[in-house]
Amino acid sequence: MIRRIIKETMPIMFGYIPMGMTFGVLFHGLGYPWYFSTLMGLFIFAGAAQFMAIGLLSAGAGLTEVFISTFMLNFRHVFYGLSILEKYGKWGLRKVYLVFGLTDETYSLVTTIKTPKEFDEQNYYFYITLVNQGYWVIGCTLGVLLGDLVEFNTEGMDFALTALFIVLVIEQWKNIRDILPFMIATLSSIFVLILFPSQMLVGSIMLSISILITIRVIKNKSYG
Amino acid sequence: MVDTGYLLSFILVMTVATFATRLLPFVIFQKQSKHPMMSYIAKYTPPMIMSILVLYVLKNVDFNSVESINTLVAIATTVGIHLWKGNSLLSIFAGTFLYMYLIQS
Repeated sequence: MIRRIIKETMPIMFGYIPMGMTFGVLFHGLGYPWYFSTLMGLFIFAGAAQFMAIGLLSAGAGLTEVFISTFMLNFRHVFYGLSILEKYGKWGLRKVYLVFGLTDETYSLVTTIKTPKEFDEQNYYFYITLVNQGYWVIGCTLGVLLGDLVEFNTEGMDFALTALFIVLVIEQWKNIRDILPFMIATLSSIFVLILFPSQMLVGSIMLSISILITIRVIKNKSYG
Repeated sequence: MVDTGYLLSFILVMTVATFATRLLPFVIFQKQSKHPMMSYIAKYTPPMIMSILVLYVLKNVDFNSVESINTLVAIATTVGIHLWKGNSLLSIFAGTFLYMYLIQS
């Protein structure tokens, strides 16, 4: 099973390790002991929030501000959970961890790939999440330890995440064969990008889910 | 000089705020998880979010610049190889290595 998990998560490794290292290098600049970078990767485990933390820490931001800005930044995750209520199965320690580790990349992977028949679904997702967090924590730790000693030769490696999302769109298309969600998403993104470019991610997700629900409600009414 | 207490509470607050966004839907909507509307959302949301993520990671590419050709070539390679072979790892790594080669050379 572990070989299978490594194979499925390898593109994420190529994204998380250099990205985590970039975080570590920036964190090194703040002057805190190195292991706090590891600790942040272990407990926060959110790329964008951790990068925001660099700015907030150097500004000495108040904790209320930290809470609100983190909550807003990660608000898109609410919609991730909403669409995998059934998929993540019954409550237990493993599920608590699955929910804790629900990053953009883990979400993308578990909603697209099929669990091989011989594996328990929740178990499979659990190891995918665990291995992904492993990559991230390794990145955060390496970056802070090497500090600015390291001359990054990994430039462009994070394209792996772009390529991953592109491949997953194609796989989603193969699964669903319906142009509707892709159209809604593209139109919403363009609309939000023009009007609220700074809130592109969460704005587009909220708008497209609203459109999706509206379409359903209208359809139901016209049949009813 | 280094305020460990502040840093620890900072990390705690950020952990709780992040976990809250991931946990909320499971707590609020768990009872409705079998509702037809929820399975409809579960079916159509992943392709929407995946498409949005692609557009999101590409939004800072300046398509008027010469460098954007590297991105376009790498994307075309990824898509082309994926449609041809259907092997995710192969398509992702071909696209990524080509991109790294293009921007580093």
